[in-house]
Amino acid sequence: MIYALQDRNIEKRFILINYMAVYEVGKLDDNVIEAINLTKKYGSFTALSDLNLNLSGSKCVGFLGPNGAGKTTTLKIFTDLIRPSSGQAIINGINVQQNKKKALSDCSALIETPEIYPSMTVREALSLVAELRGVPRSERSSQIEEVVAEVKMTDWLDKSVGKFSKGMKQRVNIASTLIGNPSIILLDEPTSGLDPRGMAEVRDIVKSLKKKDRLIFMSSHLLNEVADVCDEVAMIDHGKLLAYGPLEEITDKFSTVDDSAEAQFSRAIDESINSQISRIDGIVSVEKLDSRTVKIKYTGGLKSQEYILATLAGMQIGLVGFKSSSTRLEDTYLNLIKETL
Amino acid sequence: MIDMETMNVDINQEKKIPGSIDQLFIITKFEILNYFRSRRFLILLIIGLIIDLLLTGIIGYYRPQSFLSSSLSFYSGWVGQSITFIIILSAIFFGGDSISGEFQNKTGFFIASRPIRRSSIYIGKWIASFIASFLIIIIFLAITIANGVYYFGASIPYELWESLAFSILYLAAVLGFAFFFSSLFKSSAYSIIITVILFLFAFNLIQLLISSLVGIEPWFIITYASGIISNIFTVPFPAHVVTTVTHLGHGRTLTTTTYNATISEGLIIMAGYFIISTILGLFIFEKREFN
Ligand SMILES: Nc1ncnc2c1ncn2[C@@H]1O[C@H](COP(=O)(O)OP(=O)(O)O)[C@@H](O)[C@H]1O
Ligand SMILES: [Mg+2]
Repeated sequence: MIYALQDRNIEKRFILINYMAVYEVGKLDDNVIEAINLTKKYGSFTALSDLNLNLSGSKCVGFLGPNGAGKTTTLKIFTDLIRPSSGQAIINGINVQQNKKKALSDCSALIETPEIYPSMTVREALSLVAELRGVPRSERSSQIEEVVAEVKMTDWLDKSVGKFSKGMKQRVNIASTLIGNPSIILLDEPTSGLDPRGMAEVRDIVKSLKKKDRLIFMSSHLLNEVADVCDEVAMIDHGKLLAYGPLEEITDKFSTVDDSAEAQFSRAIDESINSQISRIDGIVSVEKLDSRTVKIKYTGGLKSQEYILATLAGMQIGLVGFKSSSTRLEDTYLNLIKETL
Repeated sequence: MIDMETMNVDINQEKKIPGSIDQLFIITKFEILNYFRSRRFLILLIIGLIIDLLLTGIIGYYRPQSFLSSSLSFYSGWVGQSITFIIILSAIFFGGDSISGEFQNKTGFFIASRPIRRSSIYIGKWIASFIASFLIIIIFLAITIANGVYYFGASIPYELWESLAFSILYLAAVLGFAFFFSSLFKSSAYSIIITVILFLFAFNLIQLLISSLVGIEPWFIITYASGIISNIFTVPFPAHVVTTVTHLGHGRTLTTTTYNATISEGLIIMAGYFIISTILGLFIFEKREFN
């Protein structure tokens, strides 16, 4: 019966409720990635400087920073591809440098764009991963078919990887991180090298991964990608962590601009209505874009946005559209990066 | 309802990573699959078969006395030189880029970032190269023996099996050394070229120079040890040191010394190469960074 439960989350909770006494709660629950004073030097150049970061739970954390910020360096240390000059990388309580195999037992990673032996088929490459991860023989082929379907490569399952485009290879690589259903997934710029449609598809895949009980740590140099996919953001530049927290919190803290939104009305907006709007709590300024559209700047984040929208609708002045166009994350990003220059 | 026992098993098995030895053989299996797919195995097998066919044709047509005087000289002539050549080609084909290629082609990233020890990758690949080379040697020998049986009947001299045993140790040593060299380089082309130069020219040249000119026994050269593979067919076994004095006229002489590794010496050199290069190779691969 337990096998029929697809969602691990349900499974875990179920077990927790029924057999609290038998299973150690902490062991079953938390997904934790921890960097302690992590530093990486190449000669006199410091690629990563004293990184401290503690990520836990099930969510997607974006690792945002421009090219050369130290994102790949960090993720390579977490997968033991390179070693830190000092500090520790810890996954689920286990030091990666001391016991890589155990630390990565419930964690998978996609770092840059690995190559697969060109003569191997997608099925073979994924079988290799499934065997290494100890996926039981009886589940291997169904699991491989499942992850391949997830990255929309089913038609290529028995084709050799050698002739694939970069985007197709990247899909196979993403599929390989899903084998064994690990609870922690590290993704290093998973959309790099893909065309716009491929990027959108990979983002959708990452979003769908969040539904299961997983901690995803995804690096990106694309602001909109992190805003679109992630719940939290860790910003890095020049090897230094600049900020970490929920997207909202970070923007509230570091943005110097107000939120803005465009409100559209079915009727023309006259001066008196305009001034009524500007008196709503939280609104900083109202600018008329044309007779039926105004641009509103406001403070107070989502809560304020909710209140303003409700008030505008309640005013019965013909509100037909409300599009928030926050540039605050971008502003935060630029502000923080400026500071390290 | 839900069986407690079943659940226990299920939860524990869910993220159970196989042991390092099991993982090592998984690597071996897929590496061999890759040899077959990439035609490396096929090309080397064809080279072995070409040597076999040439010898079959030449001996059948010309009936040279040097081969057909006795079954011992037959196997000596056939196996003596060609088997070490096949072993060296194996090292070039399977060992040359074994580790460097993983870095250069970025294929190493696909495996190394998973829950597996690096030593399992290294040893797994080494075993794959050993099995593939061994298969080729066995096929080569099968044709040799078929010819031998045709000329001399089913009595195969004991020395052939000894020579085969030495060859297997030599194969282990040569592959171990090639893997070690491969782990030093980031470019597969470099590591292949260096393997070729070392085994096909450099070792033989150094061996010749220091033994005949300097008069030192080249006990530290692996190709020197491989002499036992062909010398075992010479009865009695060749003398350890052979000094040849050549008269140049006017009372002047040139003394050259040739060394033949004794069997125990040859085995120790091979084992030494295998053990030391494997330890060094593992150590370097363990320390290297995937950049
Ligand atoms: N092997 C290396 N030797 C020297 N410098 C390196 C090496 N690898 C990375 N770097 C440097 O470290 C910095 C961080 O690199 P990286 O982590 O790859 O950045 P990101 O992934 O954020 O773009 C860069 O300035 C890069 O040039
Ligand atoms: Mg990078």
